Amino acid sequence: MRHIIAVLLENEAGALSRVAGLFSARGYNIESLTVAPTDDPTLSRMTLVTTGNDEVVEQIKKQLNKLIDTVKLLDLSEGPHIEREMMMVKVRAERQDREELKRLTEIFRAKIIDVTDTSYVVELTGASKKLDAFIDAVPEGLIIEVVRSGPTGIARGEKGLSL
Amino acid sequence: MSEAGVELSGAEIVIQALIDEGVEYVFGYPGGAVLHIYDALFKRGALKHILVRHEQAAAHAADGYARATGKCGVCLVTSGPGATNAVTGIATAYMDSIPMVVLTGQVPTPFIGSDAFQEVDTVGITRPCVKHNFLVKDVKDLAVTIRKAFFIAMTGRPGPVVVDIPKDVTDPNIKIPYVYPREIRMRSYNPVEKGHLGQIKKAVDLMLAAKRPVFYTGGGVVLGEGSAQLTELVHATGFPITSTLMGLGAVPMTDPQFLGMLGMHGTYEANMAMHETDVLIAVGARFDDRVTGKIEHFCPHAQIIHIDVDPASIAKNVKVDVPIVGQVASVLADLLRLYQERASKSSEPPVAQWWAKIAEWRAVNCLKYDGSGPAIKPQYAVETLYKVTNGELYLASDVGQHQMFAAQFYPFDKPRRWINSGGLGTMGYGLPAAMGAQLAFPEAQVACITGDASILMCIQELATCQQYQLPIKVLLLNNGYMGMVRQWQELFYESRYSHSYVDALPDFVKLSESFGHVGMRIERPEDLEDAMREAFAMKDRFVFMDVIVDPTENVYPMIVAGKGHHEMQLSPSHSDRELA
Ligand SMILES: Cc1cc2nc3c(=O)[nH]c(=O)nc-3n(C[C@H](O)[C@H](O)[C@H](O)COP(=O)(O)OP(=O)(O)OC[C@H]3O[C@@H](n4cnc5c(N)ncnc54)[C@H](O)[C@@H]3O)c2cc1C
Ligand SMILES: Cc1ncc(C[n+]2csc(CCOP(=O)(O)OP(=O)(O)O)c2C)c(N)n1
Ligand SMILES: [Mg+2]
Repeated sequence: MRHIIAVLLENEAGALSRVAGLFSARGYNIESLTVAPTDDPTLSRMTLVTTGNDEVVEQIKKQLNKLIDTVKLLDLSEGPHIEREMMMVKVRAERQDREELKRLTEIFRAKIIDVTDTSYVVELTGASKKLDAFIDAVPEGLIIEVVRSGPTGIARGEKGLSL
Repeated sequence: MSEAGVELSGAEIVIQALIDEGVEYVFGYPGGAVLHIYDALFKRGALKHILVRHEQAAAHAADGYARATGKCGVCLVTSGPGATNAVTGIATAYMDSIPMVVLTGQVPTPFIGSDAFQEVDTVGITRPCVKHNFLVKDVKDLAVTIRKAFFIAMTGRPGPVVVDIPKDVTDPNIKIPYVYPREIRMRSYNPVEKGHLGQIKKAVDLMLAAKRPVFYTGGGVVLGEGSAQLTELVHATGFPITSTLMGLGAVPMTDPQFLGMLGMHGTYEANMAMHETDVLIAVGARFDDRVTGKIEHFCPHAQIIHIDVDPASIAKNVKVDVPIVGQVASVLADLLRLYQERASKSSEPPVAQWWAKIAEWRAVNCLKYDGSGPAIKPQYAVETLYKVTNGELYLASDVGQHQMFAAQFYPFDKPRRWINSGGLGTMGYGLPAAMGAQLAFPEAQVACITGDASILMCIQELATCQQYQLPIKVLLLNNGYMGMVRQWQELFYESRYSHSYVDALPDFVKLSESFGHVGMRIERPEDLEDAMREAFAMKDRFVFMDVIVDPTENVYPMIVAGKGHHEMQLSPSHSDRELA
């Protein structure tokens, strides 16, 4: 099963490589990993997406918790939560394609954030599936480049993953 | 502790921090990146430094010191090759959860990342084999980082911690006020102490209902100083107990309730008890593959209780019914109290039928060997060692058949006496580890049991032993082979002995003598005991006993890969016997 796990880490040099190293050394799957400092500059927050059966995911969480830099960990998949991923897509936009792409952008509530005579950059935020759907919807051959942030997530309700 | 306000350089801080930490010995080897530290060491004079002859040995000696004493081992090595040489020793300590602080020199901070002379990414290289590591980039962080390193190494599940210190951070001309923090708190690191009482009650329920219970205990009992509590619990319950290689001596091995070691080369009775048990009480053991055999066949009838300080150890390899996270000593004390509150006070020996079954397995006499020939049997050599030393050795081991024979034939009655590399299985470990133990206990009898292949992996330490006049006794079971490898080749590769013959062995007597030690060569069984007595009578000499043993002897019993506990192979001297 797919799990999305949020981890609060000490914002120390090397914390990220400890996590990455853990996954490769123990042969765990890792689909994506995003990390950035939080409102508290001494902490980083990481979101990672992994897959595995219950036992494997349990081990992954224990091993992450065991890292000395890990302050807190929450498996978002265990409760109601919100997931968001950001994507920027550079598309070839010429003649009649320009209109078609603008329409698509509206339907997906995306934004065009860069325009040239021959191209657009479209920005889209949402659940990862929605991002996939947008890519599928762009007519064949128009995509020049795709960049995705990987999912981040937060639990619903007032409880927060903080100190 | 030194008073606040003293101004010290980074190099002086390193030395003062070690003194304030109560460190007795530093095992090390100098080089460019640690020269400021060595100079501060020289000037300060208050810290004992043991100069090894290879950085691997620095780490093993610190590790042996830690295992013998329960204190933190400390080593100091230079950048680049100094650090890489130490890696095997660090990994050895990591696999067996040994507390150790390793200080490594690093190139000056402005040079980091430039492929400078003797630069390696020490933090990167050691990351997978340390509990934690640090790169100190500012002298202001040095004292607190060293305090953190000791704190992390010694608490929770212990392990090695590396502190990488760039040369400019130890600059003798930059002095800052020094305060050594007594207490350290880390919001991200809070190891558990006490076990959950609800879980402990569940464990007691299972234990009271058990018909065929067995304790399976490991290195965690030794690491967590839980021997007294465990022994009391074992006696209070009357249950049988078996131990892993790493837990030997936590409960006296001569205790009638002790079934011997379990696992690949464990006893028949211990492994059969594992197979038949209905309640397994695992304490500070990690269900290693050498112990479980084929997982599908592991303890098929058992409910499993697992006490461990590391949650990640629990249910890692085997599903557990009652997990209890906590320090062994504390959990076992609670468990004993709750058990005694509820156990009936009848004089009926508990689980008597179970003991009757175990007596049948014991009668197989699985460690029996044929000692009738003219050659010295390695088993006989270990039995003689036991006799000559009254079982009171600190015995360090290398890796191979000799290690297994020692585990089988030298029953330790105290923890911390058996010092060996179990998890990594590092040949070369024995001699330097014995040095650490001998330095810790100068008056104690310390020996190293080794093989003709293993001993050559850290043979340079004969010089260290000479320099510090360490009266270690080396017992080399010389079979002219990498015996453990030869055994596998005999059993699983139709006796194709590919590169397992240790050709061109040195004359160990002359070799020892050339380092200023006493060397002995012993070839006949009838000479062995007297020779050993003579060796151990030389209280202040290092004696190297080169004992020529039967080259064809194998370690039995054995659980072959892919088999369960009930499918043991016994030695050919049992061939008449049908087993389970
Ligand atoms: C040639 C060779 C053959 C071997 N054959 C065998 C064999 O036949 N049988 C055998 O048993 N082993 C054998 N081994 C050793 C084996 O590889 C493992 O090292 C060993 O089985 C692990 O022992 P352990 O489970 O006690 O774990 P250890 O490595 O000692 O781990 C200790 C456990 O206790 C926990 N712990 C630590 N401190 C505490 C505390 N304070 N409180 C609570 N828990 C704590 C840790 O988290 C960990 O889970 C062999 C090794 C070699 C090299
Ligand atoms: C550093 C290292 N290299 C290789 C091995 C694999 N290995 C395990 S036991 C063994 C043979 C040991 O031979 P010896 O020291 O003579 O002991 P014996 O088995 O003969 O008692 C080898 C090569 C190891 N454990 N460690
Ligand atoms: Mg040998």
